[in-house]
Amino acid sequence: MANPAIPMPAFLRRADPAVLIAFACILVLLLIGSIYSPGFLTAKYLLQQLKVASFLGIIATGTMIIILLGHIDLSVPWAMTMGAMMGCAAAALGPVGSALAVPFGILCGMAIGLVNGLGVAYLRIPSMIVTLASNAVTQGLMVVYTGGYAPQDAATPAMRFLATGETIPGLPNAALIWAVIGTLAILGLRRSVFGRAVFGIGNSERAAYMSGVGTRRIVMLAFVVSGGLSAFAGTLLAGYASKASQSMGDTYLLPAIAAVVLGGTSILGGRGSYVGTIAGVILVTLLQSILSVMQLPEAGRQIIHGLVIIVMLLLYGRTPAAR
Amino acid sequence: MREWRYLLAEQRGTLVAMAIFALMFTIYVANHPAGLTSNVVQTAANKGVLLAFVAMAQTLVVITAGIDLSVGMIMVLTNCLASALVVGTPLQAGLGVIAVLAAGTLCGALNGTIVIYGRLQPIVTTIATGAIYFGLALLIRPFPGGSVHEVLADAMTGKIGGVFPASIAALAAVVALVWVPFSRSLAGRAAFASGSAEQAAYMSGLPIRRGRFLAYALAGLCAGAGGLFLTFFTYTGEAAQVSGSAYTLFSIAAVVLGGVSLYGGRGSAIGAVFGALAFRTIGDMLFVFDFDALWQPLFQGLILMVAVSLGAFGLLRVRNRLDWFR
Repeated sequence: MANPAIPMPAFLRRADPAVLIAFACILVLLLIGSIYSPGFLTAKYLLQQLKVASFLGIIATGTMIIILLGHIDLSVPWAMTMGAMMGCAAAALGPVGSALAVPFGILCGMAIGLVNGLGVAYLRIPSMIVTLASNAVTQGLMVVYTGGYAPQDAATPAMRFLATGETIPGLPNAALIWAVIGTLAILGLRRSVFGRAVFGIGNSERAAYMSGVGTRRIVMLAFVVSGGLSAFAGTLLAGYASKASQSMGDTYLLPAIAAVVLGGTSILGGRGSYVGTIAGVILVTLLQSILSVMQLPEAGRQIIHGLVIIVMLLLYGRTPAAR
Repeated sequence: MREWRYLLAEQRGTLVAMAIFALMFTIYVANHPAGLTSNVVQTAANKGVLLAFVAMAQTLVVITAGIDLSVGMIMVLTNCLASALVVGTPLQAGLGVIAVLAAGTLCGALNGTIVIYGRLQPIVTTIATGAIYFGLALLIRPFPGGSVHEVLADAMTGKIGGVFPASIAALAAVVALVWVPFSRSLAGRAAFASGSAEQAAYMSGLPIRRGRFLAYALAGLCAGAGGLFLTFFTYTGEAAQVSGSAYTLFSIAAVVLGGVSLYGGRGSAIGAVFGALAFRTIGDMLFVFDFDALWQPLFQGLILMVAVSLGAFGLLRVRNRLDWFR
């Protein structure tokens, strides 16, 4: 890698090859898209894609923190749906509820995250199992709440504004929110004690514990953050579609994991950069949009998602060989 | 005398699962309006057997300290395949059954290949392959439909001699032909050993790769048998994502109830089968007590949550805090 004969800019030498490949893939996809359809490279279409990417980006932020810890959060789908449904339900309670709709939705997501965190950090249950179980419990709660039908409550104007409005002309608010959350994530992961602890735990929780990190508190906090972000994305998505629906979260779990993995974050934890996740999110969104432009059926999309994750993992995510 | 104690300790999980099932089924039947008739038993058996097949599949992978989140999707895929292949003359239907079971085994073998030879994490690998299998199922059946050889289907879901449910007999046959030989074979012991202490198993020269691969492949076979039976019960094939994820989820619940350790190396598919039957009975308990069916998903989720949380009692035995972090 360090070949002095080829002068490379410092940022390229330091960058993770996975991130560079992800950005290269984005360029290739843009090229394919522009060949396939002339409307692809217009600012309007790309901004629309950015808006769609923002929802995934917010979710992937939480997913990434969990994966950095070496855990996994499978409760994303119903944390999202619960956030959306509870936000809309609060809105039906009158002006006060309407004003508190988004915070209330996020709070519900954080509650799910808290359950996950307690189970993983304090009860030491494998994260996959706890989050799968809390996903099922949340689904059960929501089925009881809605009676099995799509809820009638509509999204508040504030939710719609956050998801579809434009504070800065031309730039969707959703993208702005993702930018804020992304900046916080970059700073939080790079500069804060929390971020250092997350990387430390991902590499070796034992070592982090011995160095005096309150590993259990950090893990719990990370799950709360992930749950809150999923629910926040859910409320935004409800604003985008102007109401919540039963299966709105199902199509986000796999893309979120795919985006994080494509961005070069190690599935084993402890290694990864948020810039990579941004690239992964844009890559997954573009891939989805090209597949839908090509009118590929849902079946093809599922297969391609699965294949992409496995191929990328085979390239970067392999565990060391036995001894 | 000593021997007995060890045997008992080894089978404790299975025995507890049997006890839970016996207790739950007694309560269920006692409160069922029809009481203990062969029809009630048959219906309960048919519902339970589907989950039991998937739970067996999950057990095979879990004992190697892995997890298979694609079992439900393999079941859905084989369901769709069976609705297209198990038709026509008895010979064609017979070949169709073999093809469906082979497809299930192939799916499992693919998981095993990627996890063992590709050295990837089982969780993410099987999430991804699960998506692929579901996509294939959607390609076969974009809309619910298809049919199945009805004589065969009725024979497999009916009663033997008017009393004993045939599906239970089929389940027992699969246990006897797949689980018993596997768990007693060298490869099977290697699968157990790699689940409890991979390093030690490797050092002892056990064929851990072969053992783990066989475990994944046989898991596919069991999930395929589940898909086949799903077709026998419903007469159609449907690529339903919801039911695939539900079966995956319930298989984990059944495995936990069946006393199989999620950390690998401990447990028996027979325990998981009883875990599955118990889980189904608990889920159906709501109906005999006249609860609204809406509460069922919540109730099943809570059972799973409680079951996995019970594993935390092991923490009380931990003497050194560093043992928290494996």
